[in-house]
Parts: sequence; C-alpha cells; structure tokens
Amino acid sequence: MSEVKKHDTPMVDELKKGPWPSFVDDIYSYGEKHKKQAPFDLMGQLELSYKHKETHWKHGGIVGVFGYGGGVIGRYSDQQEMFPAIWAFHTIRVNQPGAKWYHTSALRKLCEMWDHRGSGLVNFHGSTGDVILLGTVTEQLEYIFFDLTYQLHWDLGGSGSNFRTPSCCMGYSLCEWCLFDVQEMEYEMCKHFQDELHRPAFPYKFKFKFSGCPLDCVASVARADLSFVGIWRDDIKINQEAVRAYVNGELPPNAGAFSDRDWGPFDIKKEVIDLCPTQCMYWDEKEQKLYINNKECNKCMHCIAVMPEALRPGDDRGVCILIGAKSVILEGAQLSTILIPFMKTEPPYDEIKDLVYKIWDWWMEQGKNRERVGELIQRVGLNRFLVDVLGIEPLPQHILMPRVDPYIFWREEEVPGGWTRDLVEFRKRHPA
Amino acid sequence: MAEVIERLKELWNKYEEANGRLKELDPVFQEPYHPDVAEKLYNPQRPMENRITDIGPPYFWQFMPPIVQKNFGKWKSHQIIQPGVIKRVSETGDTIYVVRCGTPRLETTDYIREICEIADKYCDGYVRWTTRNNVEFVVDSEEKLRALLEDLKNRKHPNGSYKFPVGGTGAGVSNIVHTQGWIHCHTPAIDASGVVKALMDELFEYFGSHKLPAKTKLALACCLNMCGAVHCSDIAIVGIHRKPPFVEDERLEAVCEIPLTIASCPLGAIRPATVEIDGKKKKTVRVNVERCMFCGNCYTMCPAMPLADGEGDCITIVVGGKVSNRISPPRFSRVVLTGIPNEPPRWPTTVKWVKHILEVYSKYARKYERVGDWIQRIGWEKFFELTDIPFTEKCIDDYRLAYVSYRTSTHFKFTKHVKTKLEDYFIQK
Repeated sequence: MSEVKKHDTPMVDELKKGPWPSFVDDIYSYGEKHKKQAPFDLMGQLELSYKHKETHWKHGGIVGVFGYGGGVIGRYSDQQEMFPAIWAFHTIRVNQPGAKWYHTSALRKLCEMWDHRGSGLVNFHGSTGDVILLGTVTEQLEYIFFDLTYQLHWDLGGSGSNFRTPSCCMGYSLCEWCLFDVQEMEYEMCKHFQDELHRPAFPYKFKFKFSGCPLDCVASVARADLSFVGIWRDDIKINQEAVRAYVNGELPPNAGAFSDRDWGPFDIKKEVIDLCPTQCMYWDEKEQKLYINNKECNKCMHCIAVMPEALRPGDDRGVCILIGAKSVILEGAQLSTILIPFMKTEPPYDEIKDLVYKIWDWWMEQGKNRERVGELIQRVGLNRFLVDVLGIEPLPQHILMPRVDPYIFWREEEVPGGWTRDLVEFRKRHPA
Repeated sequence: MAEVIERLKELWNKYEEANGRLKELDPVFQEPYHPDVAEKLYNPQRPMENRITDIGPPYFWQFMPPIVQKNFGKWKSHQIIQPGVIKRVSETGDTIYVVRCGTPRLETTDYIREICEIADKYCDGYVRWTTRNNVEFVVDSEEKLRALLEDLKNRKHPNGSYKFPVGGTGAGVSNIVHTQGWIHCHTPAIDASGVVKALMDELFEYFGSHKLPAKTKLALACCLNMCGAVHCSDIAIVGIHRKPPFVEDERLEAVCEIPLTIASCPLGAIRPATVEIDGKKKKTVRVNVERCMFCGNCYTMCPAMPLADGEGDCITIVVGGKVSNRISPPRFSRVVLTGIPNEPPRWPTTVKWVKHILEVYSKYARKYERVGDWIQRIGWEKFFELTDIPFTEKCIDDYRLAYVSYRTSTHFKFTKHVKTKLEDYFIQK
C-alpha cells in the first residue's frame, strides 16, 4: 500500500491530551500501524468540522444487504476530493449478544473481518445496544454480511422503522438483584421477531429493553416502547444479623459506594427508615431489629441497595411491563407507563408475544408516519388503548391519579336508553 | 477454498441443529478468519444463493465465563472494594472481582484487540461491556485482581492518556452515554466524542472515586433526536440548532416527498409552495419561521432542508433526570442553561458549567440524593441561586404539557430573585 496522506489537525490534536482515553491517539495509532488512509481522512474531516462547527456528512443514502431493510446506514462525506478514503463511510449495526458478554475468539475474528472490509473503527456500543462498525463502502456490504453469517454466525441489528435490536442489563450473569432472566428473554424475543427486526414495516422505530429490577440499569423506562422490569411481590428477605452489622459499622453502607467521603457513622434511621418513600419500615432500637410492613412497600429498592448483605428481594418474582417511552422528538419526551403491573412468565413467553402482535397490529393500522406507540396512546387515550384495543381491565396501577376533568367519552351502550331520543316528546315536556 | 467452504457449511449445520442456542463456545470462532470466502459464497447474479438470514446475535451463554455460568442467578451480594472494583459473592461460595474501566466508545479494532489481550491474560478470554460504555474484566482471585489493576494502570496512549481508567462505580460520575456527533452523523449540532473527552478529562477524579452524594449519570446528545437517555440523566448536554432550515427550491421536489415533509413538522409550520426557476415550475415548501422550534425533524425527512449552522448552533444543559425507581420515581431532566457557545476543541464554557453544577450539587446535597432529588427538596429557585445560573425565559416551558411545570402554589423560597417593589419586577431596558 502506498504511503498515507496526513492532514494537519491542530484542534483535534488537542484531544490527545488529558487523562481520559483519547480516541484521537487511538485512531492515529491505528492509521499509522495499518497504513490506512481512512483514519487520517476521518480526523482531517473532523478538524474541518471543528473549524466550521458543522458536520461534513451528507444526508443519508439508502444502502443495505439483499432482503433486509435495516442494519446498514448509508453515509457519504461532502468533502470527497479532500478526503477520498471516507467518501463512502457506511455504518453497520451488528446485534450484540445478551448483556454484552464476549469471548475474545469472537471479538478478534470480528476485528479481523473489519480490518479487511472496513475502516477498523467501531463503537462498543451504540446507544440502542448494537456493536457499531463505522465506515465501509457499498461494494463491501454483501461480503461483510456473508462473513458475519458464515464465519461468525452473527446477524445485523435494526435500523429505520422496525423492531430495533433489543437490549438488557447484566441480569443473572452478575447481579443478585435481577428478578427474571433478562438475557434469555431478550434472546428469545430477538429470535422470534427477526422478520420485524430486519424488514421495516412499522410507522417508526419500536424498542424493547429488559431490566432485571426497578433500578433499571438499561434505562428501559426512558427509551423503550416496551419496557420489561423485574419485580417481586412477597416480603423482602431480612438477615437481622447483617442489619445489626451495618448498624454497628461492621459493613460499609451501600456496598461501599460512598467510601471516599466522611459521611459520619451509618445511621439506619436517617439513611434507611426516613428515606423509605412509603414509610413502611421500623427499626426497633431496643430489640435491635428491623421491621418492614411489606404490604406497603413499593419496591423502590433503596433499603436493599443500602444494606445488600442484609436485605434481598423476595422470591415471588415476575415482570412488570411498561409502554411508550421515547425522547423529545416529536411530541415531547415520555416515560413508559404501566401496562401490566405484574405477571409470571416462562420461556418461550408466548402470551407476551401475542400481546406484542396485538399492539403492533393496532399501531401499524392507526399510527401516523414517525409516530411512536407512546404518542399514539397519548392521541387516542390510555383508557381507550387499554380497554378498546387490548381488552385489558383498567387498574389504579395504570395511573398516578384519576383525571381532573369529567369530560368522559361515554359509549352509547353505557348510557341508559342509548342516544336515540324523541325530540317531539322532549319538546312536549320542554316547550322551546 | 472448497474445503474451507465445506467446513463452514458443516459448522453452520451444527449451529442450526442447536437452533443457535449453543451452550458451549461455537466452534466457528476457532476457525480462522478467511478473507476471501465471502467472494466465493456471494453471487451477485443469484443473490439468494448461499444466503443465511434472520439468525440474530450469538447466544449469550457461550460467551459467559464458566464461573459466571456456574453462578448464573445465584449471586448473593456485592461490595465495591475500591472505586471500579466490585467483589461479587455467590450462594455457592464462589467469589469474583469485576474490574470496570471507562472507554471512549469510539475506538479502533486495535483497542478492542488490546481488550482481548487483557481478557486472555487474566480472564480466560471472557469480557463484557456495560450499558454505559465501560468494559468489565472478571477475575476469580485477589492475586489476579492486583496484577490486572497494575497492568491496566500502565496502559497508556502515546500522549499519556489512560487506555483503561478504572472507576465508574458507586457515588461517582459514571462514563458518559453519548452519540456520534461530527465523527459520523448527518444531523448533529455539536460534536460528541470531543465534548465527552473534554468533559471527562475535567471530571476524571470523579470517575475514579466515591465522593459525590450519589451516583451521577452524565449523557450527551448532539441533536434533539437524543440517541441516548439524555432526557433522564442527572446532568446532560444537548446540541441544538437555532436557525430555521434552508429550503433548496431547485432540488427539493427531486429528493423529498413533499407531503411527508409537511407532516413531519410538529408545529405545522411547513406548507406546500410552487416556485418558478428558469421558466420551469417547481414544487417546494415554505417555512413559517415564526413557528419553527428548530427540532430538525423536517431535515430528517427532507435532505433539501439543512439547518446546521456553525454560528447559530449551541449547547443546552439539562439536569435532574433519572431512570431508577430508587427512593423517588424516574423523572425527566430539565433545561437550566442554553445558548452556550459551541467551542471546539475543548468546549471550555460547557465543561465549566457542568463541573460547576456537579460541585454545587456535591456541596449541598445529602447522602443518597441524586441531582434531581436534591433539587426537588430545595426547590428550583434555590438551585438557580446556589449555582448562580441566570434564570431566563428560555427555562419556562411553552410546548406540550407546559402548564404542569408552572408554579400553582405560594410554596416558594425567598431567593435573590424575589423583589420588594412591583417596579423592580419589570425588565430593565
């Protein structure tokens, strides 16, 4: 390969300094080592963006692999003469494995493939969860796909108006608070809905995220159209001896999360009992015993997080399903709202799949272009969605508080005598 | 070559027999990468030939270390023995140490290979990433832990930055969730990786320590599309546009679907129009700029309506959001500062404000209080007073559900904002 052409990048070079890992150093080192032009051109274009304070990537460009409508995002530079090595610089989304575990044999092979067929630049990971391979040309797309499927048994992720790559927290693999197998459920749903994932047929994107407990480490209630959150309904398990160990300062509160500041000795009253949002806990100083009125508990996890050696979620576990989260585009940000407060489920989760189809059928029929399901529910009304669309019984758990206005959309059959009335009779009683 | 393809097909059959649910590492990963087989398998004349589709990701089970498989769902408790190091104990009696390191998210395959080298040396080849762009190495003894930590400390980039800073646990600043920015996106108002680097350099000590009142999650989105949970983060940065889109009359009808473009505007500010260029009638659109809120949705639908502008685009800081249900329910972040200049390569004004907000929070919040919980307790007027952030009309909502953010009680605090005489409330010309 001929010698690479380096661009002058004084502003970008500023980001080589400082303690946080420098992507600039990484990218330049890679370019030097592999004698590849694309990394240098990319840094050159970034420098130009720093100068103009504007992006130099063109709008879109539809590219993909045969039979799929998603997984590849076209990207073209608007400075093709100056930076020819990145004139086309498409993104490949590669569906990440559950909880983002890898074996190095798989990672190394993926890297080799990407050195050969792309720029060598990656994101671990994109916000939705995929491994992102940054920068290749259209001619390589089919070969990349055949390499992925034949040599890595690996598939593309979602993009566009489809079922997006689902993601989950670390789950059972590392966490004691996980209340259902998020990795298994994510995998099963992903496998089951492959058609919807690869072939966009929706009004807009649709995301699933799986969090093992109400701490929600994958931000499912902020970002997923369907959020699956683990929850328990029986009593928090108490190890009174360990509670006393915290009280006596033998164990660090919150698993040591506050270790670098002197917050004074642990005070169970101040740090646990008084912060309990439902005030359902009591510490008996004399007995040296903790009491929890579990019927009042709203599963916020605070006491468990403060005293992980002493308290654990109960054993009667299930999943809470929430619906409709999204960021601000277009009608403003929404958090997911409760759809199914609690349910037991086992692989292959058929009852949940049926529910998903029911939601999708309605959304595909009623949703406007680029309308997320949460926005459609807003437009139609949660009550209509629950009752008329899904046939689900409305519960107080669905709402934070009842409505203020009594502008109720009564159905004709709910009103005695219906809506057909005799005006003549009415006027007999009430002359105009 | 034919032999290699034969072998790959056999491996594929094995995968199919298990329907992908492999409990042991797929033997396909032991097979070396063959750079030229795809050219043999893919036939452009018959694109469906040899095509494997709809297989999803590799099954997670095969990628988890044996000790994790053995203790799957059996973990009993954990302790953060030092920032970035989590000791996890199982009901089976097994103990592991998880070492968490920040990464820049934007990386090269060489950086990934270095992670592989570390994982091979200390973790039998297993490694994972967190949802916040951290990489986690799992070791099964204290001895390996010490050696790993020493090793990580000494891995640096040519100009001295750490490749794998250890931290991101407990009451500190966790790694920033962020977007692509100018590196690879067509709609950004600001860069992403550069701002994040500048910010994390400045907040470095908080990544590797536990001295804040609670976990503090930062996020950055380079435009309002917000690819990342910016709207529910403790402190977050959003790039915004401030000039209405151009309308390229000459090419609009050729590259955009006009009805979709019109429908894309949430404020109905786009209407159809016809113009005459060189004697030819062209269909296009007009934007009612008075109504434009610069969301950029029209540009997403129509490439002939670019709105990025180096002079006009700026930064907004939002604070107080969270997703956890701990103590208080999940809540949105709120706009506290906007119109901050876009200042590559180090974004000093933005970095200064974020650090300032973080430190004021650190000084005044109580233990366990997230940024939003602290503000909830003291009130927003107090937040603006303590942080010295000038309160402006830009912080008052005028979009959907704006009313729910107005104050409907006399419950307020007498901060510096409250005056004595009516005349003092009028804006000084």
